[in-house]
Amino acid sequence: MTDYLEPLLVSLKTVTVTTAVTFFLGIAAARWMARYEGRFKSLIDGLFILPLVLPPTVVGYILLLVFGVNGPIGKTLLAFGEKIVFSWEATVIAATVMAFPIMYMTAKGAFEQVEPNIEAAARTLGAGEWRVFWTVTLPLAKAGVIAATVLAFARSLGEFGATLMLAGNIAGKTQTIPIAIYFAIQAGDMDKAMVLCIIVLAISFVSLAAIAYWKGMAAKMKPVKVS
Amino acid sequence: MKRLIKIMAFSIAIMMIMPLAACTANEEGNITLNISSAASVTDALNEVNSVYMDANPNVTIVANYAASGTLQTQIEQGATCDVFISAAAKQMNNLENGGLILSDTRINILKNSIVLIVNKNSTLEIDSFEDLLGGAISLIAVGDPSFVPAGTYAYQLFELLEITDDLEDKLMQGSTVRDVLAYVETGNVDAGIVYSTDAAITDGVKIVATAPDEINSKIVYPAAIVKASENVDAASEYLAFLSGSEAMAIFEKYGFSAAVE
Repeated sequence: MTDYLEPLLVSLKTVTVTTAVTFFLGIAAARWMARYEGRFKSLIDGLFILPLVLPPTVVGYILLLVFGVNGPIGKTLLAFGEKIVFSWEATVIAATVMAFPIMYMTAKGAFEQVEPNIEAAARTLGAGEWRVFWTVTLPLAKAGVIAATVLAFARSLGEFGATLMLAGNIAGKTQTIPIAIYFAIQAGDMDKAMVLCIIVLAISFVSLAAIAYWKGMAAKMKPVKVS
Repeated sequence: MKRLIKIMAFSIAIMMIMPLAACTANEEGNITLNISSAASVTDALNEVNSVYMDANPNVTIVANYAASGTLQTQIEQGATCDVFISAAAKQMNNLENGGLILSDTRINILKNSIVLIVNKNSTLEIDSFEDLLGGAISLIAVGDPSFVPAGTYAYQLFELLEITDDLEDKLMQGSTVRDVLAYVETGNVDAGIVYSTDAAITDGVKIVATAPDEINSKIVYPAAIVKASENVDAASEYLAFLSGSEAMAIFEKYGFSAAVE
């Protein structure tokens, strides 16, 4: 039983924290870039989306270089007695880097769909930028933001390559479900692999169904509509 | 600009034709031998293979290196393979019991030993396996014992020393013995358990302890021809070469010793 429970708990913990971190980072970046018209627009955009198109092993290797004991960040943290590589935190870092582009891209698309005139109208009525964002932009982009969050959740649940390289395979600590599946298949333990696959299928299916449901709900509750 | 496009188009055309040329050459009685070998033999076997291919220009050897248990699973699932070299008897026994290898071709070819390694810059005071219990050591890399023989031997050693339970929380499992080596080499774990031959291929690690004979005497590498092989004759010639003196000289250079039949 611990064979299944341990990876499931590690995965759930990692995915929850990752989704929360990605949500705020992704929304902040998306909101900023949706209205940004500076000269570095395409450069920054490309940089944010890069982990999506790179092989996970490349991302994993770069993270290993940065966070390893000889890397710039890894070395600094080591001075404070903290090791990132092969720690639980590493699963969050790897999954966040891989899930961020999806959150960012989808949320940015949603923000770009929001009519700038409505935001401008709110400003003329005296609302500050924060209030405009929370009461106008975000509610209008709600469906897209929810879809983005669910996709980011699904991506971090499925994260394997970069996680294995940065967080390794420590049972009960960094062994997420995808890593447990990989090692079960390597060991020829097809039954264990099958049960874990079914768990992932169930979680993924529920999250996709949740998108569809929430999209329907959000469409009904859309506060303002412009003709 | 036009010139550049022409050059690029030409290079792409060449790149597309090259593999075709290689294919036609293969049809003239040339043989491709697929070897699945334990990861610990990688460097030595690559050298042996290139010597063999120089002597037999009609043979092309394609080597697939992974943990022995991984290779066992691959062969069970029907992966193309003519010769299997395992780092432990267990995986070979499993395939033999499943009727997947030609039993009469099975021979023990190599012997090895298990050692404890630390990073070359490590300041930890370790000079025995028991020292792993010390509080300063938080992460020890070993192979996954269910399919990496070096990991199985490591766990057998822990059992022998009766330290398994106390070490459990410090163990990080790699998917091949070479993963373990890399983890120690990059300094991301405190110590690791690999074969002496793995430690010998890099300057990045140092050996601090060697396993006792009870463990090391068990470490033999069996090889056999896979039943599904379509090149049995060429495979048996290759297998004979592996246990011959010329190949053994190369294996010994990498720290392996010959297994006595």
